[in-house]
Order: sequence, then structure tokens, then C-alpha cells
Amino acid sequence: MAEKTLTRMDLAEAVHNEVGLSRNDSATLVEAVLRHISDALVAGETVKISSFGTFSVRDKAARIGRNPKTGEEVPIHPRRVLTFRSSHLMKDRVASGNK
Amino acid sequence: MIRSELIQKIADENPHLYQRDVEKIVNTIFDEITRAMAGGDRVELRGFGAFSVKKRDQRTGRNPRTGEAVDVDEKYVPFFKTGKLLRDRLNGK
Repeated sequence: MAEKTLTRMDLAEAVHNEVGLSRNDSATLVEAVLRHISDALVAGETVKISSFGTFSVRDKAARIGRNPKTGEEVPIHPRRVLTFRSSHLMKDRVASGNK
Repeated sequence: MIRSELIQKIADENPHLYQRDVEKIVNTIFDEITRAMAGGDRVELRGFGAFSVKKRDQRTGRNPRTGEAVDVDEKYVPFFKTGKLLRDRLNGK
């Protein structure tokens, strides 16, 4: 499992190979895609990419947490978290690819 | 925001590119992430998050309607962990 880790550079390389843009321009476009997704999420929007998955922002209420090492109670402030729900297509591809 | 709106935003910022190339670029990025995960690889996008594959062990499940026990095989599922920078931005930091 997890034979290797891909980075932005690998995504840019894929764009470069697929569309024939320079590596530099490809990297800029990868960054632009991530930036637009992030900005929409920060604005509270849900980002739905068909046949890939859905990124959504959820509000979490404040609660009392506990330091598992010391047992000490610590307040956890209300916060916004991002959840990703993969599409069925992605689930199927990941499940059959890793059999 | 949906895929077509994302494509439109990128197209608006890059008037020198054909719309169909912008579509191809955006689709390539998502396809490459899916392809990597289908091969058991991880995709780490610093500041944004990381896509990885998690193993779910074989277990005995239950048909919620009949209560009947059913064997569920081990399987691999996609997983996303939000990056620190994005997590902070979501919380106005």
C-alpha cells in the first residue's frame, strides 16, 4: 500500500503531458484550481466535482475535550471543519484498483 | 461550486487558453488524483490537503432490515485529510 506520494509537481506533469502547456504554466494552473476550491470553501460554499467527490464545510459545536495523556479537561472551541465525500465512481475505482 | 463553475473561473483568468483546454486541464487534475489512489498511492497537496487510501478490515455486518449477519470483505476506501493552512483559513486564522 501507499507505494508513493504524488505532489503538485506530478499533477502539473500530468497537465503538461495531456495538454502540452509548459511545466511552469501547468503548475500555475494546478495552483489556480486548488486556490479556487479553497476560496469557495472558505466562503462557506460546498464544492461538488462530479464523478470525483464533494467537499463541504461543517460547523462543529464547542465541547469539552480531554488531554488523553494527563486526563486534564480542555475546552474545544466551536470550529469549521472540511469533509470530503468521494463519489461512487471514485470509491469503485479505488476499491477495484486495490484488490 | 460545481465542476463547470470551477472550469469557468479558470477560463476567465486565462483568456489565452481555449475553453476545451481548460476543461481538459481541470479534468486531468481530478483524474490524476483518482488514478493515483486507484493504484494505492497518496496525493499530498501541501496547504490544501492529502488524498490517501485506507484499508477497511473484513468484518461481519448485519442487514439492518432483517438483522441477518453478512460477511463484508476487506476493502479500500478513499480518504481526504484537510491541510493545516486550509483548516486555519476555514477558521479565519
